[in-house]
Amino acid sequence: MLVLQVLANGLVLGGLYACIAVGFSLVWGVLNVINILHGSFIVLGSYVAYYAYTAWGIHPFVAVPLAGAVLFLLAYALQAGVINPVMASPVLTTLILTFGLDLLLNNAMLVLFKADYRKVNLANPLGVLDLGGIVMPLDRVAAMALALLLTGALYGVLSASRVGRAIVAVRMDREAAALMGVNVGRIYAVTFGLGAVMAGAAGSLLSVIFPISPLNGPLYLGKAFVICVLGGLGSVGGALVGGLALGVIESFSALAFGPEHALTVAFALLIVLLVVRPTGLLGRRGYE
Amino acid sequence: MRRALGGAAAALALAALAALPFAGGNYAIRLATIMLMYCVLAVSWSFIGGLAGYPSFATAAFFGLGAYAGAIAQTRGAPAWAAWLGAAALTALFAAGLGVTLLRLRGHYFAIASLVVAEVLREIANSATGLTGGGMGLNLPILRIGVTAQARFYYFVMLALALAAVAAHGLVARHRLGFGLRSIQQNEDAANMLGVNTTLYKTLAFTLSAVFVGAAGAVYAAWVNYIEPADVFDVLYSVKPIVMVLLGGAGSVLGPVLGAVVFLALEELVWRKFLTIHAGVLGLLIVALIYLLPGGLLTLRARRLRA
Repeated sequence: MLVLQVLANGLVLGGLYACIAVGFSLVWGVLNVINILHGSFIVLGSYVAYYAYTAWGIHPFVAVPLAGAVLFLLAYALQAGVINPVMASPVLTTLILTFGLDLLLNNAMLVLFKADYRKVNLANPLGVLDLGGIVMPLDRVAAMALALLLTGALYGVLSASRVGRAIVAVRMDREAAALMGVNVGRIYAVTFGLGAVMAGAAGSLLSVIFPISPLNGPLYLGKAFVICVLGGLGSVGGALVGGLALGVIESFSALAFGPEHALTVAFALLIVLLVVRPTGLLGRRGYE
Repeated sequence: MRRALGGAAAALALAALAALPFAGGNYAIRLATIMLMYCVLAVSWSFIGGLAGYPSFATAAFFGLGAYAGAIAQTRGAPAWAAWLGAAALTALFAAGLGVTLLRLRGHYFAIASLVVAEVLREIANSATGLTGGGMGLNLPILRIGVTAQARFYYFVMLALALAAVAAHGLVARHRLGFGLRSIQQNEDAANMLGVNTTLYKTLAFTLSAVFVGAAGAVYAAWVNYIEPADVFDVLYSVKPIVMVLLGGAGSVLGPVLGAVVFLALEELVWRKFLTIHAGVLGLLIVALIYLLPGGLLTLRARRLRA
């Protein structure tokens, strides 16, 4: 019974993790940029939800589009204005540039929102789901369902919409896409924006579960890394598999070694996996 | 002629460095000690990042590991010099073992894997309370000499470390190893085809980028008398050396040294006035650096000549 409960906890967490990682994976796969800002984007999404809830009473689940819109605009402007001009430079340049931007954004949030941990305390929690002994707060389950829905929506956008096909085309072959009339710079900015939308949405959903603080940014970023490596880079399915895997691994290692070691186990696993299987568990590349 | 001028400049700089702790007050000595430590970190990163072109974020891991190894040895009664040498050796061994596996990765994958190492070590240091004191930190024995004498002592130890790192970098850059590393940076597959033992060379570079940092961590721990995981495994120890090298100019030994000096000046002059936005100003500096000085300070002269 305990094992089933831990498994259920892990899967619910994993659905949210998939949403955390899918935007990061998209940006990495299409732009070949490690977006160090991703963790701070998630935290910013949480703050949008927090203020929407405390100021106007908007439920964090309803605030998802708002958080997504705010982050899309910010990320689009950053990519189009600051990151696009150095896209041709070596890996280290974009890495250190997004690191610098992250220091700026994280510091701005620290000044504006303070480092205190805040929490969205829902006035009307949904109660608890009891499945023959496996208990689960319904708010968590709903957050996970929405996270999976959003991840699915991103998959739909990438596979069916015009802009989505352009993103996939740029991912496959940038030069060929440019020759086919795709404005690569604009697609980069849209992709970066979409990645941030997923981060903002994940942040809104997480705000009902975890405390909010700018200090959590690096933690989310670390999880996004691990998930990408677990699932493999650059596909929605990979992020989903990686997210669920990380959620389950964290739950069980918390049970086996104590919760303070969950992260260490996940990171140690990451290093082993990077060496043994750098293409991820699914071992496929590309947004198909 | 240029060689003689360079030699004279180096001699002058050395004389100034040797005289500094007797001319300046404790504050100046403290600043200069940090500057030398930054030199060690930046020159060390240059082995793997500047010569081999591998974006390593492992400096914080080496620094923290050295700090803890030295601190644990010193609190158990080992003499300072033995603790520092032991910390350097342990860090080098750790880097060699890690390098064999991690250096099979390239680009972003290597960057992230190296970044994660410090996180794992910090978690371990946090939870191994019996050995490290966990989040409570470790207190180190204090030298039973006067405040100024102590400041001077640690200054000269850091100076020796910085000189050793610079000398090692100078030697490697002129040696077969340096040529091999540069060819790895330009085209690793081609270098491999032409008979460069890339795995061995990269592992050597990674080890060299660790050994002085580990020693600097141990000396730092003894100097400040107290360490805790969040302090010595701070990710900024990985980022600052990269910024310094980019600031000064990658590839040479002068670039990292110049970068470290200018970086410390900026840190001290600008940032202490803005304590709450300290990290943000560093972020701005990074963005400005990439746009205004893409090749580092050393290329300024060359660019002006061309213009």
